[in-house]
Amino acid sequence: MQSIRNNVGVFLSFSGPTFIWLLLFFVVPLGIVWLYSFGENVSLTEIETTWTLDNYRRMLEPEILELMGRSVWLAFASTVICLLVGFPMALVIATASPNAKPWLLLLIMLPFWTNLLIRTYALLNILGTRGRLNDLLRWMYEKADAFLNTIGLGNYALLGDGFTPLKLLGTQTGVIYGIVYVSLPFAILPIYSSLERMDKSLLEASMDLGASQWQTAKNVLIPLAMPGVITAAIITFIPALGQFLTPDLLGRGQVDMIANVIERQFKRANDWPFGSAISLTLLYVTFMILAIRSFNDAARAKRAGRR
Amino acid sequence: MKNNKRLPISRRKFLAGAAAVGISFKLPKDAFAADGKVNFYNWDTYIGETTIEDFEKASGIEVQYDLFADNDELFAKLRGGNPGYDLIVPTNDYVERMLVADMLLPLDHSKIPNMKNIEPGFLDPAFDPGRKYSMPYMWGSIGVGYRKSAVKELPTSWNDLLNSDKYSGRIALMSEPQTVMQMALKAMGKSLNEWSDENIAAAEKMISDQKKHVVAFAPDNGQDLLLAGEVDLAMEWNGDILQAMDEDDDIAYLVPDEGGLLWEDTLCIPKGAPNVENAHALINFLLDAEVGAAIADFVYYATPNAAAKALMSEEYTGNSAIFPSAEATAKSEVSIYPGQDITRKIDEAWTRIKAS
Repeated sequence: MQSIRNNVGVFLSFSGPTFIWLLLFFVVPLGIVWLYSFGENVSLTEIETTWTLDNYRRMLEPEILELMGRSVWLAFASTVICLLVGFPMALVIATASPNAKPWLLLLIMLPFWTNLLIRTYALLNILGTRGRLNDLLRWMYEKADAFLNTIGLGNYALLGDGFTPLKLLGTQTGVIYGIVYVSLPFAILPIYSSLERMDKSLLEASMDLGASQWQTAKNVLIPLAMPGVITAAIITFIPALGQFLTPDLLGRGQVDMIANVIERQFKRANDWPFGSAISLTLLYVTFMILAIRSFNDAARAKRAGRR
Repeated sequence: MKNNKRLPISRRKFLAGAAAVGISFKLPKDAFAADGKVNFYNWDTYIGETTIEDFEKASGIEVQYDLFADNDELFAKLRGGNPGYDLIVPTNDYVERMLVADMLLPLDHSKIPNMKNIEPGFLDPAFDPGRKYSMPYMWGSIGVGYRKSAVKELPTSWNDLLNSDKYSGRIALMSEPQTVMQMALKAMGKSLNEWSDENIAAAEKMISDQKKHVVAFAPDNGQDLLLAGEVDLAMEWNGDILQAMDEDDDIAYLVPDEGGLLWEDTLCIPKGAPNVENAHALINFLLDAEVGAAIADFVYYATPNAAAKALMSEEYTGNSAIFPSAEATAKSEVSIYPGQDITRKIDEAWTRIKAS
């Protein structure tokens, strides 16, 4: 069989632009950031690479570790929720009729047509203590209260002394909500595509051979969808780790994540070396996750091969 | 002068969000030297509606107009060398920062005859003695915006916001580390430029302890929180509260008794500017009485231009949210750039506050 690699000219002309692009806009800038992370500010505008480890040492300050830990936790929690919510949605789309599928997918993509910032502002309007969600809850509270009054139970304060609005903004819940909202489409699509490719007759076979629906889901459906689930988890977790707009707006500056510190280093604090060191540490964490994943894949392939 | 009282979305915010999501790093189109060109880099909605066209008509010089969202963006863009701007509008402490970094050209006062229009009080500021590098454009204060019906007595002390549970769960502070710490220093009765280690530690402790009473460290949207009723007191730029006042009569602004922070946006020419001559012409045009009045009428910040102010209505000149009282101004201070070491200490304290 002819491999495209055997034809050097074709290979180069196809891969060349990509390669140059990656080199110019990924490797070179990243290299500069890498050099900065071992640098010192010698003036307001100049950084000298002195190979100091000071910037990385500062990563060990308790407050940085605290924010790092908080970021990992918030990203992890959001990822788990995205998978729990995304899987059933992906399943619905994958099993929908061919006519409905494009429409359902369109609904998933639709939010991308609006800028992230505008969507986040919309969420502010919904989630605030005087927001639409609390308006709805207040309305339900008042109706319920009025109902209790009419049936003569109004004097027992069964619903508490009064309506207390739900506090979502400025809390971890609010930030997780925001990250899930942003990431959900990215979680659904890979799971959907792995479910879509799945041989449906395997499910039928499982049921025919006496497995219950639950057993089929657990032993056939989920393992087969696993590659998609892992991709979804990675594609959700990594960007979630670097969120700064969501903690800023939905977290109201009360639930900062590590990216908020990075942003400040490049702006207000004008400390690019330290900002570079934190960014690269995040990148190392990301690479580690990806490495674990490919080791896993390799191991799985090996096991499958042996069988 | 007609006063349409149309307050646009303030310059400080609109692009801030856009920059936050990364719509930035745009170079001026056709930023090159030519006889009839000047590249003007300004805040959004920070000029009169027809000022640019009027200048082009009057001088025959074509203006390439670009916008930045905040001082940090401006500084970051000039950091690696001027990409072609002729006229920029940094705030006073960034003027100092740029001077430390040797990023500004001295101005030729002989080419700016309209300098005579400027109020004498603005001619010798601490950040630029003798106005060698900057001309004043607009000025303002940082104080407290509040909802009149929600406070029994006026929030006349910074301690109400920074060191008290009196308004627990009803306060918004700013998200600017240095500014919030400076107001904490004010609350303690200290100068906002006294950055001793003890002062930084004391300010850090005050804000850390107050955090649980604070609804938000608002990234420049304190006035929105005030309007939405999410908070009743907000530390904010006076211009932002002015907009909120325009939308809601129940909102007012004051500078607390300890004094607030005064800021000034200035016109500067960055080093490497390709059209220095034209930049001077534009500065001179902007300092003209009529032109200055038209700008002030639209952006609704305080003008340091005495000749322009004389043309303005009482509604503008008598507005205490634009021009604070003489006492308030006297107790207020202009922030002085503290240097990179202090900036780092402030930032580290802020990270600890945020991690706590």
